[in-house]
Amino acid sequence: MDKEKYQNLVDKNIPKENVKINAAKAFLVGGFMGIIGQLLLDIYTTWLNIPTKEASTYMIITLIFLGSLFTALGFFDKWVSWANCGLIIPITGFAHAMTSAALEYRKEGFVLGIGANIFKLTGSVILYGVVSAYFFGLIRVLLFGG
Amino acid sequence: MTFKFKNVYLNATATVTGPYEKNGPLSKYFDKSFDNLYANEKTFELAETKMLKDSVDILLGKANEKGADVFLSGDLLNQLVPSNLTALSLKIPYFGLYNACATSMEGLLLGSTLIDSGKVKNAICSVSSHNCSAEKQFRYPNEYGGSKPKVATFTATGAASAYISKTPSQIRIESGTVGKVMDLGITDVYNMGAVMAPAAADTLYQHLKDMKRDINYYDLIVTGDLGIFGKQILRDYMKEAYNMDLIKYNDCGIMLYNLNEQPVYAGGSGPVCCPLVSYSVILDRMKKGELEKVLIMSTGALHSPTLVNQKLSIPSICHAISLEVVK
Repeated sequence: MDKEKYQNLVDKNIPKENVKINAAKAFLVGGFMGIIGQLLLDIYTTWLNIPTKEASTYMIITLIFLGSLFTALGFFDKWVSWANCGLIIPITGFAHAMTSAALEYRKEGFVLGIGANIFKLTGSVILYGVVSAYFFGLIRVLLFGG
Repeated sequence: MTFKFKNVYLNATATVTGPYEKNGPLSKYFDKSFDNLYANEKTFELAETKMLKDSVDILLGKANEKGADVFLSGDLLNQLVPSNLTALSLKIPYFGLYNACATSMEGLLLGSTLIDSGKVKNAICSVSSHNCSAEKQFRYPNEYGGSKPKVATFTATGAASAYISKTPSQIRIESGTVGKVMDLGITDVYNMGAVMAPAAADTLYQHLKDMKRDINYYDLIVTGDLGIFGKQILRDYMKEAYNMDLIKYNDCGIMLYNLNEQPVYAGGSGPVCCPLVSYSVILDRMKKGELEKVLIMSTGALHSPTLVNQKLSIPSICHAISLEVVK
């Protein structure tokens, strides 16, 4: 049997993923994350009188802390499996990916285990985040003057 | 290539599992099951080693032997860590094997060949796998928990060992077919059933041709870990390529778990999946007289994350062993 014919045979037999349900879940959970972020921002600015720019940093730190804590407590992976991109795309996903790698390689030592592997999943986020920030910054300066 | 064996018998088997297998439908058949994935060890790699050592200990007890002439063992981990460490403590001459999830029947084939040739009197053939050590090595960190598609399979946790020799017992290893590596261009690392089905089909066809047998000669044909979708792909493939109907057929990955209740997607996989089912419920049914001739085909995806990242497709292999009840 040739490869093309076999691929057709395989396609006929494998189930379709529920793209609509998955997208709806990610949309709702991601949106809910946005609400939580906004709530935190409002709490920090109105109750604690922190300027908005600094409050947004505190809000991000809070979400990163919670994402890491929930991963370490061992239930965030189940939430991620369920909500998919709803939890992976927000900053919680970044924290979760780092913490899970750190937990996995802890037994191999602090340097060669955690140090060498903590950015295993998030290394590309940092690399391409920095590179694209540079180019978008450049575009902004050239087109809008900063 | 099919080998016929004159006087090779399966004297004893031992199975050790993790918690998911314990909660599955076959739990009463296993010799030992751990309630936690760490098996009271510090790391997943050591947990897998512990299970492999335990399975050999239980096996020697059941076979009433102190050792064997040769130890053939394999697993999924880099450098075959669990097998090597078990061989270290056993102090028996050792062959480390790797054919991914087809290693179990590869071990039985080689062990039977050694015994049949008269080079050794008896052999221990073992395999192990561990869900978490395999996930760590082949995919993402365990706590990451990224979602998987429905076609994905779940690496079984445990170890299985078999004691084979010339001493007659109830089960005879009648023949075995050495598989060829196949690759029909599948690159989806989650769809291992589709990767392995062509290898299973090729080995099955070759076995029947070499032995001049009809597909209905066997009371049961089982594949190792194709899962529910891979099982259907194999059925269609056999029909289309060889015009054969697979009727008395099942897949160990489907039999090992309760697919409706356990989080195992399309079924179990891993080197230990095939022998956990074969050495437990299938042998039990053979000894009870419900099955007389069984063909066990362990299917292995020779998956390498490095080569998949380099855009190559995944090769696969399947080895078959024919077991018969001695009358």
